[in-house]
Amino acid sequence: MAAVPGRSFAVADSFATGYDGRVVLSGVDFTIGPGMKVGLLGPNGGGKTTLFRALLGQIRPLAGSLKVDATTATVPQSDRSRLDYPVTCLDVATMGALARLPWWRRPGRRDRAKALEGLETVGLADRAKDSFGDLSGGQRQRVLIARALTAEAELLLLDEPYTGLDSASAARLDRLIEDLAARGCSVMIATHDVDQTRAWDRVLCLNERQIAFGEPAESLSREVLEATYGGHIVEIPGQPGQAVMPAHHCDHEHDHEDGH
Amino acid sequence: MIDSVFEPLSHGTTLRALVEITVLGIVSGAIGCWIVLYELSYSAESLAHGLFPGLVIAALIGAPLLLGGAVGVLVAALLVVLATRLTDESSDTAIAVVITTLFGAGVLLALSPSSPPGIQELLFGDLLGASTGDIAIASAVGAAVLGVLWLLHDRLLAVGFDSDSGRALGISVGTLNVILLALVSLTILVAVQGLGNLLVAAILVGPAAAARLVTRRIRPMMMIAAVVAVVAGIAGIYASYYLRTAAGASVVIALMGCYLIAAATGVLQGRLAPRDR
Repeated sequence: MAAVPGRSFAVADSFATGYDGRVVLSGVDFTIGPGMKVGLLGPNGGGKTTLFRALLGQIRPLAGSLKVDATTATVPQSDRSRLDYPVTCLDVATMGALARLPWWRRPGRRDRAKALEGLETVGLADRAKDSFGDLSGGQRQRVLIARALTAEAELLLLDEPYTGLDSASAARLDRLIEDLAARGCSVMIATHDVDQTRAWDRVLCLNERQIAFGEPAESLSREVLEATYGGHIVEIPGQPGQAVMPAHHCDHEHDHEDGH
Repeated sequence: MIDSVFEPLSHGTTLRALVEITVLGIVSGAIGCWIVLYELSYSAESLAHGLFPGLVIAALIGAPLLLGGAVGVLVAALLVVLATRLTDESSDTAIAVVITTLFGAGVLLALSPSSPPGIQELLFGDLLGASTGDIAIASAVGAAVLGVLWLLHDRLLAVGFDSDSGRALGISVGTLNVILLALVSLTILVAVQGLGNLLVAAILVGPAAAARLVTRRIRPMMMIAAVVAVVAGIAGIYASYYLRTAAGASVVIALMGCYLIAAATGVLQGRLAPRDR
């Protein structure tokens, strides 16, 4: 994908949204350009999923504006998928084509080729005909990313993709996110791992409102994290102002890349 | 041996019953897979019971059963929605209360002394009473149901896999669910005359449940379900012919026999190990 100079994929301006007229997220201001990796921090119920739904166009602004000028796709947590469902990895990747097709059209040969291309990008072309449920958590996550690529998504919304991954799978996902950004895709990654976001281009902190948006080095202060997580912060010894989340905020069970 | 295969075919009633169950088996096998994957087995059985008063009233006033059943389904759906909205009951409790009440009302009408003879067959079906017109209607409705299922196959697959992601892919999940329930209702409407109100769920759920035990691919699952439904249906009608048993009940027993065979096969394949979700 060729990056268009000056193009923004998503621009929020004093944006607020919610459900049934009730505001659950407010004061959101950000600009996301092509090829940007954005960490999304916030407690459960802080508005991360609501923001994703707004970026997907599923809910409307209650105040301000949110302009999205990119094909957007979501990559849900793979442990929410039905592992006993009768689909192959290629079936799941091909589902992405539905985002581009009118309701009366079914995915064709070209769409399946695109899906296979997506599986190649995530390194799983050799598992195309395997049952989705037979893959490890990390592999399932990558198949769901392939589905977003089949949708020709320019802005990918990843919902806690590192949950349950062992270090090898997490490193592989890191490389994939780098690859996607290098191709011009922007990636917004919801996570509880504050340290991880320091490696990305921007960080967006939410707790029912926007607490901070900017480069991680400038934005991730102790005050910001306390406001984001409500004071459950541990200061790093010898590094005043630096802070990390306590373990229970990023408690994950681990699986293995090759484990089924 | 050959004679025992061909002899029943010399009777028009048996031949028509075989054609009718073949049509119903193919349609039920396909839509049954979506009923099982969308966990709609309880809803399908409830729909069948809920339309019973409509069938009985249609039979009493001489209106087409298909029309009576269609009105019965709509009334049942409306009452379930009202019961869920107007009370604090959960939807399955509301369904149980409304459907049982409707079914009781239907039975009351069907078994009253003033009801014409034969109306009780609506409860247990009358496969051997299938007319050429019934077969034509079942074929036309079945073709329409299969056509819509083919068109919506990929969207049904995506929403059943993960409805939130389906929504994110731009699929109208609510509309898709309503269409699926409408297709299930249409299938019940044409199948209920042959298999009866109490037994129709068996052909909708049994073959698909059996197929799911032996395969983890959607297309083979649909083909196996359709083959199981047709083979069990034909076996049931032959059993009914030679053992002089009720045709609908014989088909149901054959269907459940197929399910047990599939379950045993599944055990042998190790497919009945606890499943993660």
